[in-house]
Amino acid sequence: MSKDSKPLVNIRSVSKTFHRGSEDIHVLDNLDLEVREGEFLALMGPSGSGKSTLLNLIGGLDRATAGSVEIGGQRIDQFSDRQLAAWRARHVGFVFQFYNLMPVLTAERNVELPLLLTHLSKSQRKEHVRIALDVVGLSHRTRHYPRTLSGGEQQRVGIARGIVTDPTILLCDEPTGDLDRKSGDEILSLLQALNKEHGKTIVMVTHDPHASARASRTVHLDKGQLYTEAPE
Amino acid sequence: MKFLSLVIGNLKRKKLRTVLTVLSAFIAFLLFGLLCALKEGLLAGVNIADADRLVVRNKITLIQPLPVNYKNRIATIPGVDAVAPLTWFGGIYQDPKNFFATIPVDPETFLDVYREYPISAETKSEWLKTRNGAIVGEALMKKFGWKVGDIIPLTSPIWGQPEGESAWQFKIVGTYDTTKKGGDTSSMYFRWDYFDEGKVEQKGLIGWLTLRVKDKDQATAVAKAIDAEFANSPYETVTEGEGAFASSFAQQVGDIGTIVAGVVGAVFFTILLVAGNTMSQSVRERTEEIGVLKAMGFNNGLILGLVLAESCAIALAGGLIGLAMAAVISAANPFATVLPSFNLPDRDLIRGIIFALVLGLVAGAIPAIQAMRLQIATALRRN
Repeated sequence: MSKDSKPLVNIRSVSKTFHRGSEDIHVLDNLDLEVREGEFLALMGPSGSGKSTLLNLIGGLDRATAGSVEIGGQRIDQFSDRQLAAWRARHVGFVFQFYNLMPVLTAERNVELPLLLTHLSKSQRKEHVRIALDVVGLSHRTRHYPRTLSGGEQQRVGIARGIVTDPTILLCDEPTGDLDRKSGDEILSLLQALNKEHGKTIVMVTHDPHASARASRTVHLDKGQLYTEAPE
Repeated sequence: MKFLSLVIGNLKRKKLRTVLTVLSAFIAFLLFGLLCALKEGLLAGVNIADADRLVVRNKITLIQPLPVNYKNRIATIPGVDAVAPLTWFGGIYQDPKNFFATIPVDPETFLDVYREYPISAETKSEWLKTRNGAIVGEALMKKFGWKVGDIIPLTSPIWGQPEGESAWQFKIVGTYDTTKKGGDTSSMYFRWDYFDEGKVEQKGLIGWLTLRVKDKDQATAVAKAIDAEFANSPYETVTEGEGAFASSFAQQVGDIGTIVAGVVGAVFFTILLVAGNTMSQSVRERTEEIGVLKAMGFNNGLILGLVLAESCAIALAGGLIGLAMAAVISAANPFATVLPSFNLPDRDLIRGIIFALVLGLVAGAIPAIQAMRLQIATALRRN
């Protein structure tokens, strides 16, 4: 990431409140966050601190109760559901803790899924899938179903699916949370390579300091507020 | 088409459940097809009835006879073009299961009234010369492998055998085909004079009369005149259109339309619940996957479409196989001798396909709407 890179994510005064029965739960409280293009940001915090909620707001999966969410110069908090879906398809790649692959589809079919929303031809989709699986080092496992892959391999397929459309930003929710240390390290190395070699902007939620050490910057979320250092 | 692999993949997720649901739809549509064919077979007479033909029967009931001399009296009533006396014989060939429509007629008047059965002049001449001569429909000839000139022994559950003989002996003098679509070619017509001479009882009596009117717009007036002619006689008559007569003949087994609609309605409703439950279960099981698809950018309309496509695929698979099986069975017609017109009409086939599609849409509607409304964050939190 160059020092003069532009801000890609610009979150201003964002609050998020969940209603559970008569109770209001304030998860995010008047929060500001900026992520620059090409940055690899680790978002840390204890369970229930609102890390995933913040990630969902950046990815347009949920809506803020108050404040503005601007990604790549677009106020996505003002989009309709349909516009938001189209925006996600074009600009966001997701990597989930439990991989969330379709068990009924092979690795290559899973990776192809986001491309079904594009106007690419079958052969173009196939080529994109090949490249994405090549990047994550799984070009020899294309026809395998998720159940026949190890956890680390499944997460690689998940990452390939996340990057296959060449999204503006890659959002990872505890990507190593379900993996052993060795596989987790491999995934983190892969994410680091995507950031450094391909310039991919990554926001990664984790509660593992070992994982956050791989990021270029770490912020801590606690009681709805962001801190540059872990609060006491 | 590019989403086909996703739809097929989801259908293969629980193969046994999908197969059982398809099987349920198959049974429902097989039943639908066969009932439609049955209805067609029973109401064939109604469908092919002529507007300018009337049927005169005994006022008490169809099985009560009429005197044969009514033919001449009716022929003199203004507006009547030709009159043919007919009687139900009900022939059995060799074995009781070989039962088919066998009707004694007066050849001249029969061929005049039923012009949809054109026979050659040679055949007609042969029939008039041969006292026990009979003409046989092409379908019936084919069924038993008969040839012109064969002597066919028949018995009748109503009329027994001629005195001193073990069976009625008929000589096939020719065959007939029909110019009418869906018309019957699985009957046998033989001479009434031979029949009247051979039968032991009810001599001089016939079953009913079919007549052709000169002007079909005058059919109602002619019918009234005929019934008035025989009012207060020992054999009062009811004269009705050929379609109404065929309908009342068929209704002897009940209101066929209502029976078919009732059975099919109950079966479809049950299948709707089965398919709806399958789809609901299937969607519930993959809440997270739907959440992931939405996160990728699949919009609500697309999610709705994918679930409905699955539901329609199940209903159409079962429906098409069931209808195809019904079409094959009806084409083979295992009831040819009693229901010669037992066949699945194209309109019912198309109706069946539409029903299958509607079944798929309705069964999948609620699960599809639930999937469409699913909040992504909520779906992903289920992890």
